[in-house]
Amino acid sequence: MSAASRAEAPAFVAKTKVGRITDFVDERVGGSGILREFGRKVFPDHWSFMFGEVALYSFVILLLSGTFLTFFFDPSMAETHYDGSYLPLKNVEMSVAYSTSLDISFDVRGGLFMRQVHHWAALLFVASIAVHMLRVFFTGAFRKPREMNWVVGSVLLILAMAAGFTGYSLPDDLLSGNGLRIIDGVMKAIPVVGTYISFFFFGGEFPGTAVIGRLYMLHILLVPALILLMIVLHLFMVVVHKHTQYPGPGRNDGNVVGYPLGPVYAAKAGGFFFIVFGVIALMAGFFTINPIWNYGPYDPSPVSAGTQPDWYIGFVDGALRLMPGVIGDFQFEYVVFGYTLTLNVLLPALVPAGILFTVMFMYPWIESWITKDTREHHVLDRPRNAPTRTAIGVAGFVWYCVMWAAAGSDLIATHFRVSLNDVTYWLRALFFIGPVIAFMVAKRVALALQRKDREIALHGRETGRIVRLPHGEFIEVHAPLDEYKRYKLVGFESPAPLPAVANDHGIVTRKEKQRAFLSKWFFEDRVAPATPAELEAAHGHPAHPAVEAGQESKSLSH
Amino acid sequence: MGNHSDGSPNHSGTVATAGQNEVEKFQDPGIPPHRLRLADTDPKAAKRAERQVAVLFGASVVGTLIFLVAYFAIDLGDGTSIATIRLQNALLGLGTAFAMLGIGTGIVHWAKALMPDHEVSEERHPIRTEEDRLAAVRIVDDIVEETGIKRRPLIRNTLLGAVALAPLPAIAVFGDLGPRPDRALAHTMWAPQEGKLKRLTRDPDGTPIKASDVTIGSAFHVIPEGLNELPEGKLNEKAKAVVLLMRLDPASLNPSEGREDWSYNGIVAYSKICTHVGCPVALYEQQTHHLLCPCHQSTFDLTNECKVIFGPASRPLPQLPIAVDAEGYLVATSDFNEPVGPSYWERDEHERSIKS
Repeated sequence: MSAASRAEAPAFVAKTKVGRITDFVDERVGGSGILREFGRKVFPDHWSFMFGEVALYSFVILLLSGTFLTFFFDPSMAETHYDGSYLPLKNVEMSVAYSTSLDISFDVRGGLFMRQVHHWAALLFVASIAVHMLRVFFTGAFRKPREMNWVVGSVLLILAMAAGFTGYSLPDDLLSGNGLRIIDGVMKAIPVVGTYISFFFFGGEFPGTAVIGRLYMLHILLVPALILLMIVLHLFMVVVHKHTQYPGPGRNDGNVVGYPLGPVYAAKAGGFFFIVFGVIALMAGFFTINPIWNYGPYDPSPVSAGTQPDWYIGFVDGALRLMPGVIGDFQFEYVVFGYTLTLNVLLPALVPAGILFTVMFMYPWIESWITKDTREHHVLDRPRNAPTRTAIGVAGFVWYCVMWAAAGSDLIATHFRVSLNDVTYWLRALFFIGPVIAFMVAKRVALALQRKDREIALHGRETGRIVRLPHGEFIEVHAPLDEYKRYKLVGFESPAPLPAVANDHGIVTRKEKQRAFLSKWFFEDRVAPATPAELEAAHGHPAHPAVEAGQESKSLSH
Repeated sequence: MGNHSDGSPNHSGTVATAGQNEVEKFQDPGIPPHRLRLADTDPKAAKRAERQVAVLFGASVVGTLIFLVAYFAIDLGDGTSIATIRLQNALLGLGTAFAMLGIGTGIVHWAKALMPDHEVSEERHPIRTEEDRLAAVRIVDDIVEETGIKRRPLIRNTLLGAVALAPLPAIAVFGDLGPRPDRALAHTMWAPQEGKLKRLTRDPDGTPIKASDVTIGSAFHVIPEGLNELPEGKLNEKAKAVVLLMRLDPASLNPSEGREDWSYNGIVAYSKICTHVGCPVALYEQQTHHLLCPCHQSTFDLTNECKVIFGPASRPLPQLPIAVDAEGYLVATSDFNEPVGPSYWERDEHERSIKS
């Protein structure tokens, strides 16, 4: 050993092969600290936690299949005559982008499969993000300290939609071309700068020869890079916060109960990747998606009836359909100071999506302002135990679904043989009253479920065993719950409305009054969790062991 | 009753939790006792689970083989039938699905049946410690102090100004993404060229249409003469110039003042580009004389100069004034007298200048 090298022979000598490899890596990058931190990190397990995983895995599959597609796709809008093996389009004039998309489908072995994997994975990607967000919303997982991660997730939803739309347009087929035409119409409706935005986006008049190349760059470089960045942030914050857990015995805000990452959780999560891949492959193999060869190349003149965007754009398209352009003689297009303001396009394209996304981004802060709840939450709410939040979520969901259904108004009309106009009138009405009804129903359902929980916690579960008592009365025997099951039903908090509080100067501000009003609205209807005293009272004769066994109690009947 | 906020900063229980005093609450019984699985107690069951996992992994191998056979045995070439491609696609999907699902379900089954399933509880640590935060605040304060930015407002303000302006070139540099719109949207190919009126021709082959070919009840998809011969920008012109031509009973048309001579013998021509967001208004309901846009269902009444009667469009479809030339072919007597397609900010200005 030379004098310059001050290193001494390491004291630790690995005995196994795995140990030696670990040691090798550790001596060079110090990985053992990371392994020690994460190797046995505990993750709570629940089926609803897997939607986020589906999203992540879909994205990986998108990267893999998308990379394959780029080797064969040429995003050029130059004119060419098709010379591939799909005979119905032989010699038809089309863009190079469309022609190479056809080549991928018909002349590259496995190309059609890859296209279908890519498209199905994209649909699943957005869908799983959406469902994951619903899960996070309804269980209150967005609360402190996870508000920022909720925002990152919302950004991911928007990016996923952007990735989907830019990719959808690339084949330059008739269907996606009409989609771009609609985007062009919406852009032009923007006041003052709309015409410029449209000309800059398309490189001149619609459709021009630039847009596919530009969308291609956005689709394969900018948007995926941003998604990747957001995913890294998202997962980083998951590690910092540790995962939330559902309420239950042994679970509280100070701990995390579940399986260690290695080996169980890693095996389940890793295995799940292959399952997601397998299911997508199955769909790609057997269900046709986006058969561009049926649509033909883009041409501004023809359009097929029953045109539909991909599902995640549907709600915007539906909103466009629902807006009436004229009511009687009243036009929604104005001329203001000699300029055209076309509200019949501008309002439905921007307002509903704007409201949805604004409320979505702001919701964690809106709720914590109303409830003044600044504590950290790591235990989730069961949706029924936060009735007003659940009702808000259902109302928003129904509102979204009404718009989404409107995107298929023509298909609803043809499938159910009803008048297209009537479908639209109904959906217009539902657009306004649907969320209100949904709010009320969801809140009542949540409260009813809470009462049912109380009932079960206090009186036990129905056994289905009917017993006739000596005096002739029939009762159904209820079996008491064990303490673990009971704790799941009673271990939640049911906050009461928080009245307005004066500030440091002894003044109750107007804002504070509004907050108190909303707090009342939020918490007024509440069902308190059952208490031990109530349980005792329900049993009537606490000393009687027979009651516990459910043998002869009248109080158990219902 | 619970603890209402009294405004003190470190009050953890700011949420009122009525009826939940510590005494009255159910106590957390802790993690339920672990229940052994069959494979934990019965070596035979464990062995069976082991075999099942191996079979699933074996299924994955079969899937991979199916994929490879489907890829190499089925060759695509000129004249491959759709059925062959469909078959290959299905087999590739099936192979991949087996290969992936075999591995996935195998691993999950392994984890669920054979790996330890003891739930463990781990303490959550606070995200940050008080000590760290105090140190961080001190460091930030020191850094700001050392820069002296608070004491030297001249530096601060000029820096703010410079930073605020610096991104402008980054925006300006996108100026060449497209040309200025100017008046491009105000005109279409229908304008007579050097005094010669444009004939109405069939979409897509471009053959001219004789007025006598247009029977009552028929409809034609029309493009302007010369569109197919354009060296470039064909789609751009087509996106503005496509027209629907229909013939109705002349008595059922109700032309407004000044538009009486825009039709010929009951033949009318209207822009096919929807005034909503620009889809082609491709559906003609012959019986009701309605035009319907399949994208958003805007409906236009032909007998009433294509007034909007349903849907999200706000303006009637522009009418193309037509006549018949010496040889009996239909011609456009002028361009549309308003911009076609979806509305845009400068539209009204353009319309006024066309009409004047």
